[in-house]
Amino acid sequence: MSTPADASSGSRPGLRVSVDLNLCQAYAQCCYAAPRHFRIEGHEALFYDPAPAAEHRADIERARVACPVQAIRVEDPGQDA
Amino acid sequence: MAPVFERAVVVGAGLAALRGAEAMREAGFAGPLTIVGAEPCRPYDRPPLSKHVLAGTVPAEATTLPSALGPDVDWRLGSPAVSLDRVGRTVRLADGRTLPYDRLLIATGTRARPWPNPHEGRLAGVFTLRGRDDAAALRRALAARPKRVLVIGGGFIGCEVASLCRQLGLPVTLVEPGPTPLARVLGRTVGAFIGAIHAGHGVEMRCGAEVEWLEDADGRLVRAHLVDGTRIDADVAVVALGAVRNTEWLDGSGLSSDPGGIDCDGAGYVLDADGRPDRHIAAAGDVARFPHPLYDDRRVVLEHWSQAVAQGIHAGRLLVGATPERPYGELPTFWSTQGKLVVKSAGLTEGADAVAITQGDPAAGRFVALYGREGRCIAAVAVDSARWLPAHADLVAARAPFPPGGTATDRPKGVAVFEPGFA
Ligand SMILES: Cc1cc2nc3c(=O)[nH]c(=O)nc-3n(C[C@H](O)[C@H](O)[C@H](O)COP(=O)(O)OP(=O)(O)OC[C@H]3O[C@@H](n4cnc5c(N)ncnc54)[C@H](O)[C@@H]3O)c2cc1C
Ligand code: SF4
Repeated sequence: MSTPADASSGSRPGLRVSVDLNLCQAYAQCCYAAPRHFRIEGHEALFYDPAPAAEHRADIERARVACPVQAIRVEDPGQDA
Repeated sequence: MAPVFERAVVVGAGLAALRGAEAMREAGFAGPLTIVGAEPCRPYDRPPLSKHVLAGTVPAEATTLPSALGPDVDWRLGSPAVSLDRVGRTVRLADGRTLPYDRLLIATGTRARPWPNPHEGRLAGVFTLRGRDDAAALRRALAARPKRVLVIGGGFIGCEVASLCRQLGLPVTLVEPGPTPLARVLGRTVGAFIGAIHAGHGVEMRCGAEVEWLEDADGRLVRAHLVDGTRIDADVAVVALGAVRNTEWLDGSGLSSDPGGIDCDGAGYVLDADGRPDRHIAAAGDVARFPHPLYDDRRVVLEHWSQAVAQGIHAGRLLVGATPERPYGELPTFWSTQGKLVVKSAGLTEGADAVAITQGDPAAGRFVALYGREGRCIAAVAVDSARWLPAHADLVAARAPFPPGGTATDRPKGVAVFEPGFA
């Protein structure tokens, strides 16, 4: 698990992630896609890193797409609009 | 669609405000958009504050919400709105500036209800939990390994904090005046099931007890005195007595608001003191009180994350000219992560006259409780059983007959029906 402190160490601003835990069914697909940033605790408590470093963008994007209920929302403030 | 020369102002810079502002832009509103926030930072997510921020896995500053807003937004952060003039259509800020609006979204949310004795509430070691700073301060206190944490109030936040303290290996006592934790929202029956799970993890439960006063030594909390004369030595206390809505700034505006919320009509427009809608203003999130169509238009305020999102989006669209096909009436949903236990709900339990365990087994710590009222399903609560909730939510949304037939796949016949135990 990378810590959100990563976000300030890189040159690019970090990502912002939130998960709608009402929608989340703890299917854990995100955990397979980005195991450093998503994990299930206990039976079904999803932990996610709300501020991953920008270099993990591909993993986070994979997790977002993998979620069967589209519960994961990502913003990349470093991306040019 | 609102003409581009119209000015939109959003007051409050939390989740509902952000999703509302995004919805305005998504609906094509290109005019000037100002977001006013009392706190000096961009909108952040609160649920992690009582969970991974307290655990120390996520820094409080890491909770900034993802946003789809571009640079074409004027953020006025760090100076709250102090008054509203609906005749002149202006909002005045604490720093003296005045903002004109044509469309106004009110999303000022709530704040933690303080400990009733202000002197005791300010003692070192006494905390409330609503904002980022609160969470950061409480995290520091927990990291210093207090000898015992006292949690005052057994609602959702109280249960989350107490179970998290156990995860950190800290001794914790939860004092709750009701008969069980969560009794007000879930009733005594389900409250007792969940309370037993927490007690099993070492939370010392003092239900039916009340803290009378907090004793200090040189300004630091040392113990709590209970009404029954007992004492609890504790160096940290978390006051979790619910929330107060941020509506004071609306006093004098002629709108129908009080500490219980700002009233809206079914469409989402705010109501004036005579019950007439003001079609320039809508409200959303924890501060909004509105008639819920699923519950016979009973006026409700919901302090739910999903509600801030859905109602924020609804109000944003409404303000810039989208005509809603029907009144706002999303099925209320909520989750709470208590230690590693996940409690999720759909619907509103208020007025329930029966509760059935339709899946799992409370003694095993995983179950679904379905609440009924006058023979209809009104709410469902899933404890570490999230996968069963959507099917139950469908029953609630359809007001299906209660008790249901055939929902339990893991038991051959019938469901156990209990008295829900509301006061
Ligand atoms: C610790 C904690 C844990 C939670 N956990 C969960 C959970 O697990 N599941 C769940 O469903 N919900 C949870 N909630 C509830 C959820 O966070 C709220 O429902 C949600 O934040 C409501 O959003 P809001 O935008 O309506 O209000 P808020 O988030 O309160 O935002 C309102 C904003 O308005 C600002 N403001 C106030 N007055 C003024 C003023 N006069 N002028 C300008 N700005 C002003 C405030 O500073 C604040 O930033 C939790 C809440 C807390 C505090
Ligand atoms: S993939 Fe989606 S549903 Fe599954 S655990 Fe992750 S967020 Fe939850």
